[in-house]
Amino acid sequence: MAGTVRRLTWQVGEVVEASPQTPRTKSLFLELPEWPGHRAGQHVDVRLTAEDGYQAERSYSIASAPESGRLELVVERLDDGEVSPYLADELHEGDGLELRGPIGGWFAWDAKEGGPLLLVAGGSGIAPLMAMARHRKAAGSDTPVRLLYSSRSYAEIIFRQELETLAADDETLEVIQTLTRSRPEGWRGYDRRIDGEMLREVAYPPEEHPLAFVCGPTPLVETVATALVDLGHDPNRVKTERFGPTGG
Amino acid sequence: MGRGFISRGFRGRRREPEGGSERVPPGQYLVDGFPVLSAGPTPRTPLSEWSFSLEGEVDETKTWSWEEFRALPSEEITRDIHCVTKWSKLDTTWVGVSVDTLLEGVETAAGYVLAFSDGGYTTNLPLDEVKDGKAWIAHTYEGEPLAPEHGGPARLLVPHLYFWKSAKWVRGLRLTNQDEPGFWESLGYHNHGDPWREQRYWGD
Amino acid sequence: MDEQRLDGNAAAGILQEVFAFEITTARAACVQCGATGEVGAQMAYVTEIGTVLRCSSCDNPLIRIVRQNETPQRYWLDLKGINYLQLQ
Repeated sequence: MAGTVRRLTWQVGEVVEASPQTPRTKSLFLELPEWPGHRAGQHVDVRLTAEDGYQAERSYSIASAPESGRLELVVERLDDGEVSPYLADELHEGDGLELRGPIGGWFAWDAKEGGPLLLVAGGSGIAPLMAMARHRKAAGSDTPVRLLYSSRSYAEIIFRQELETLAADDETLEVIQTLTRSRPEGWRGYDRRIDGEMLREVAYPPEEHPLAFVCGPTPLVETVATALVDLGHDPNRVKTERFGPTGG
Repeated sequence: MGRGFISRGFRGRRREPEGGSERVPPGQYLVDGFPVLSAGPTPRTPLSEWSFSLEGEVDETKTWSWEEFRALPSEEITRDIHCVTKWSKLDTTWVGVSVDTLLEGVETAAGYVLAFSDGGYTTNLPLDEVKDGKAWIAHTYEGEPLAPEHGGPARLLVPHLYFWKSAKWVRGLRLTNQDEPGFWESLGYHNHGDPWREQRYWGD
Repeated sequence: MDEQRLDGNAAAGILQEVFAFEITTARAACVQCGATGEVGAQMAYVTEIGTVLRCSSCDNPLIRIVRQNETPQRYWLDLKGINYLQLQ
């Protein structure tokens, strides 16, 4: 939201739950002593400090809705990462995790802003868009939303069950999946990386002036953002969150 | 130590120096990889459009095309490098043209150089710090052509100073009478940058 | 495709250490090309040496910031790349 922000200070949250999501990802649930609340789409900065004072910082999108009592972060373990292996493998319930936030009011959505909403995610880029979908449900909104979600394989679809349930219960929410590396037998979703042709079939037509949020690895985000603008969407209504090389 | 919260069990990806810890300047740690820190987009100048210039306080500007530059004698060197963000790498291997070679025959009263790069990056040094075997224009790293994210096709290499002085995507040296702070030197980073005296920020 | 190039939102962490208002939705006017846009819509290069926010139209550095981590902390902030910041 516009206007003043509380001065960003570091605080230590407690890991109340650490649950595997997919073979490569884990959800961390945190309770924070002084959490001011957040908007769907915002992120936190996480800071790790070693005994000798060495520090590493990374940003993680908040996957939980503002209405939720606990903060949820999704960590994807990167093999050569410095922070993600610690968060995914070492951290356990009862541990403290230092973070600050919420950060980034530009990449955020409130139900009252309406839509229609086009959400495009690659891999762990689903996190901030999940916050938006969850917030939309908690707010009782019927803003039409289409989520196009690219994953490597069926087993690697983060939040798969919850997305199926959300879509089944709500005809104004559609989830379209694409699997880029392998597909289960009988798969009826898309089977390739997101491209202009797929977006032309999936996205709302530009005349409906959708609000688009795109999040994931940089190559996917740039391909999608360029394609949406080429299809005639207003660049001011396409917001991107490149994960880049810092998500490790 | 007065630090706040410590993350149980976190070490980071540093590694201990084997034996030669006297080679690691104060406050530094060793890394295995080669971190990429950029202040802007990676330039992609085609070699056909690339040139290197010596300009400023000289009788006449000297310019080399890529072919002319690569025809100059190159040296293989092995050096330790130290980044102001605290990582160090030992025994990195480079091939490059010594700045002494480029300065041959150049008469100047200038005391300083400003290295300038594609994309607008600059860094300043005393002329003495790039002479007498202290600096190169490097085109090869670990036996391969220097990758764009590490400054290729050519970067300035001044290993005795913090590595921000080793300007990536370098396109020339401007010889100047006055010292002109470069991109980071004008924004808090130390004008000289000696890792052994931990000259990281203004006033250090 | 440049792996180091992030969205302006990624610079929000360090910028919010010095700005008391929500910086990502502030509008910035580029001195070089005149383009105006929200800070979040610009390009951010965020590393341990410093953060540079660049104009998404012409790559001109709009805002540069360096933070020294020692006690006391120091910041250096360069705003020469913008004509103004509009807060809304």
